[in-house]
Amino acid sequence: MDVATATGLTGRALSRALYATGRGVLLVASAALSLALLVATVLATAFISLGVGVLLLPLVTPLVRRVTGLCRDLAGRAGVPIATPYLPAPPTERGVVGWVQRCRSILTDPATWRDLLFLLLNVFVGFVLGLLPVTLLVYSVEGLVLSAGFWMLMRESGVDFWYGFTPMDTWPHAVLGALVSLVVFAIWVAASPGVVAGHAYFARTLLGPSERAEIASRMRHLSETRSDVINIQATELRRIERDLHDGAQARLVAIGMKLGAATRQLRTNPDVAETLLVDARNATASALEELRCLIRGIHPPVLAERGLEDAIRAIALESPIDVDVTADVPGRLAAPAESAVYFALSELLTNIVKHANADRASIDLRHEDGALRAVVIDNGQGGADASLGTGLRGIERRCATFDGTLVLSSPEGGPTVAILELPCALYSPRTSSF
Amino acid sequence: MVQLLESYDFEIVAAVDNGPALLDALVTLRPEVAVVDVRLPPTFTDEGLQAALEARRRCPGLPILVLSQHVEQLYAKELLADASGGIGYLLKDRVLNSDQFVDAIRRVADGGTAMDPQVISQLLAGRSRREPLSTLTPREREVLKLMAEGCSNTAIAQRLIVSQGAVAKYTTSIFTKLDLTPADDSNRRVLAVLAYLNGTRADVS
Repeated sequence: MDVATATGLTGRALSRALYATGRGVLLVASAALSLALLVATVLATAFISLGVGVLLLPLVTPLVRRVTGLCRDLAGRAGVPIATPYLPAPPTERGVVGWVQRCRSILTDPATWRDLLFLLLNVFVGFVLGLLPVTLLVYSVEGLVLSAGFWMLMRESGVDFWYGFTPMDTWPHAVLGALVSLVVFAIWVAASPGVVAGHAYFARTLLGPSERAEIASRMRHLSETRSDVINIQATELRRIERDLHDGAQARLVAIGMKLGAATRQLRTNPDVAETLLVDARNATASALEELRCLIRGIHPPVLAERGLEDAIRAIALESPIDVDVTADVPGRLAAPAESAVYFALSELLTNIVKHANADRASIDLRHEDGALRAVVIDNGQGGADASLGTGLRGIERRCATFDGTLVLSSPEGGPTVAILELPCALYSPRTSSF
Repeated sequence: MVQLLESYDFEIVAAVDNGPALLDALVTLRPEVAVVDVRLPPTFTDEGLQAALEARRRCPGLPILVLSQHVEQLYAKELLADASGGIGYLLKDRVLNSDQFVDAIRRVADGGTAMDPQVISQLLAGRSRREPLSTLTPREREVLKLMAEGCSNTAIAQRLIVSQGAVAKYTTSIFTKLDLTPADDSNRRVLAVLAYLNGTRADVS
């Protein structure tokens, strides 16, 4: 190892220890806050029977969650990410009823009680683990200062001073003291990050979602998306039924009638028969056109024939604005995922054309780490908001059924960036028969 | 299809029903013209199109008319990419009007092009906001569209009910505006226009 690397490593170790010490200070603060909030929560809960607690608990709980949030944040920085376990707040009414409802939702959330247990334990654990790095650092610095000569001042003022197990009275002892303080310093460098990480693991056992809560949230997600899927599919089927009924079916009836009439007129009135036959031919063409549109809406032929990449290239070509497509999808996705991504991107592009006032867009499509990621950027006016438009919301919902997500960044003035991510497996590319 | 073509005095040298056999037939028999469906067994994806593209890679300029239930600019672009003429891409609907359809087959056999009007209108609609097509007058657009479908100047004159001289004037003006050197060969002209619309400038010499 050369000198530069060694210096780099030492520097990094030192800065990690310093950061850990800083977090330790925050942990000590969190321990103090834990104590205060623990008392406040217990009192508020106890006062529910007196009525005042109904007002107090919903006021105290956000503070508790702030502090536990801080601990989660610190744990995340120490490399132990913790998910937030709270149940979503239900809608509440105004007035007293609302306060009672809020109280009930807080008391019935298991995370509330786990938070309280955390507060109780954190008063000690947070205090001890937080203080340890600070103490080690202070103690080693103290030893260095003393052995540097400060011990003589102490002795002159008549104080018998010990550092660790060394009386600080002579130079040899001072050197010994210096060695001890260096050992303490080394322990500080080596142990501090671990100590803070230890607190992070402790926090995770209580502040993370319990297995039950995780299953519950997963179930909620599944039942929500399942009802979404059922609704979307029912609507789609209804639309297809209507389109077939009013379109192709009606046209076929008309064609049949025209052919019947033409047959009757064939001998007696060949001119009329010819007109009818031409009409029938034209009606066939319209029926075919309608079916083509319908099929595009159900499952676009290019998607079936070529897969996602070329299907996206095809919509890019047909778009009235310039769309650059870059793609790296070495294979085919499962048909439902493929179709979901296709329609999502197609709708995003339609949105851009309709609302963004853009003249350029780009789509980047790639499959990485077991997920398909599509990034759509346009140079339009921005200001798109998923909560306002039903279109974006619809895309989000349809992606959610595949555990996919749509993230939108659209500052006023643009550019708008939409990132679509869908976990899905990739199948080996269709091998061409040539 | 065989019946239809025979009734128009075509001689059918082979009729096959899957991709690999099609490629084989195209390359070994080298027909004067082939009519190919995009979707064929065994995969029912774009076997026919792939076979057509591959056959033209092996025998450049082999006249092929591709039929499909739907037209895609993407496929049109791929078919036109080699710019060697003798290519057609039509909706199956066009078979309903057998005279025009047979006309298209003959045009392709002669090394011309027959692009479906839908492809052309999509191209024009898609690119209409862009330079330099936006400089064309509506009438010039119409002429360009017919040219792209594979019509000769005479045919364009008939369709638009104007004199041939007028059509020649329009085409010259289109070429000037699109910065293309006019060539005698109408097919190359069409290819050049389409290639231009597709964003890849073709060599027009």
